[in-house]
Amino acid sequence: MSARDPASAILDLVIPPEQPWSAVVKRGQVLRIVDSEGQQAVDALFYRADDLAERYSAQDTLREQRNAYIGIGTQLISSEGRPMLTVIADTCGRHDTSAGCCSCESNAVRFGEHTRYLHSCRENFLLELAKHGLGKRDIVANVNFFMNVPIDPSGHFTVVEGISQPGACVDLLAEMDVLCVLSNCPQINNPCNGFNPTPIRVLVWDQRR
Amino acid sequence: MMPVQTRNATAQANRRRYEELRSIGQGATFDALPAATQRGSAAIAAASLIEEEEVPGGWYTTMRLRRSEVLRLVDLTGNATPALIAWRDGDPAERMNLADTVKVQWSAALQRGRIVLSDMGRVMFSIVEDTCGAHDALVGGSVCASGGGAGHRNTRANFVAAAGKLGLDRRDIPAALSLFSPVSVGPDDGAFAWRQERKASGDFIDLRAEMDALVAISNCPHPFQAIGLEASRSILVLRHQGLTYGVSDPCNNVGAEVVRAFARTKRLCK
Repeated sequence: MSARDPASAILDLVIPPEQPWSAVVKRGQVLRIVDSEGQQAVDALFYRADDLAERYSAQDTLREQRNAYIGIGTQLISSEGRPMLTVIADTCGRHDTSAGCCSCESNAVRFGEHTRYLHSCRENFLLELAKHGLGKRDIVANVNFFMNVPIDPSGHFTVVEGISQPGACVDLLAEMDVLCVLSNCPQINNPCNGFNPTPIRVLVWDQRR
Repeated sequence: MMPVQTRNATAQANRRRYEELRSIGQGATFDALPAATQRGSAAIAAASLIEEEEVPGGWYTTMRLRRSEVLRLVDLTGNATPALIAWRDGDPAERMNLADTVKVQWSAALQRGRIVLSDMGRVMFSIVEDTCGAHDALVGGSVCASGGGAGHRNTRANFVAAAGKLGLDRRDIPAALSLFSPVSVGPDDGAFAWRQERKASGDFIDLRAEMDALVAISNCPHPFQAIGLEASRSILVLRHQGLTYGVSDPCNNVGAEVVRAFARTKRLCK
């Protein structure tokens, strides 16, 4: 991995399984997300810190790179067409931005009504976004780091077993001041978390100094 | 804390259920999809037509649909790639959600027999007729840079304006469905390709509203399309009472997921 030393990070914390987290990452800072135990999806939303109505756009991101998956070099593009963050390091290799986040409502449709009352990423997002004056209208199609969702030429669209090994990480360079909102995915009905949600670690480096 | 053995047993049971659902969703359910609509068929009787509008290239329109009414979009030239977004009329915080739409149906290939879901696990639209079968649920519409450059109309600007006219704003614009837009995904590397041969003049799609809906349609070039606004790309937008299908309804019973989504939607309408 890169030379970034955890000892010099300005933030280094563990997000327990099923929990959300948010913080503003300043332009020029690097956010690292670590899949500590492997096969753990991390759902992510991004908002421009000084104009929260400008936010991450999955479709703008895919259009710009003409590719269905997120990996090293991907620029995460905003709804106004501006780069928000750039993937500058990635030991996993493939991340999703087409499958959205899990919700009580979609779980009930996919897996049966008995799965409605399980914690989900949308619950996490609603609670975390509320701290910033945002709500359900602001939950757009998100990034799913470490989530493996191959799309085949026939259109088959499948959440399959993750390829991220324990300790896999992705480094994101902020291109603007960005409110980052993460949900350590609680899903237990599909393979995105290996049917067993685990902790992740988040670090931020300030390279500007 | 759940004992480890119980947790492992639950995980195994959930894995088994997932693999069963996947096997059906990409097997029997996929095979049960109805055939594409023939071009030139499914004519709308004059008495069933509620309103009709021709939207020129570069422009947009908005429409209110009552539940069971049908929105028909017709590509008059073979060049059109209209992009569509929608909200529930009465509570626009509920809106079209393409991620759930493709995830729940195990397929990004929307075509006749498929549904379009809201973010609340309810059916917004059923695709009851479709001659093309090649729509883009992943990449969406044009922006200033891809729509012909500064000063040209584009889907992003159209949607901001359309949302404004409905009392909504840019926070309310969800991911867009681009119709008659044959984008395919490369088998390994994920590279997108444009398959022009899958679209033709006269293509049309019927979206039956399964809840009262607000719709915005932008008629701009798809960002991957080789031809831009210089080519004629008018579309017809029609609202009609819909055809009667009865037990042969192309959408109501395509897979357990869809049956559950319809059941939830019907509760809304009681």
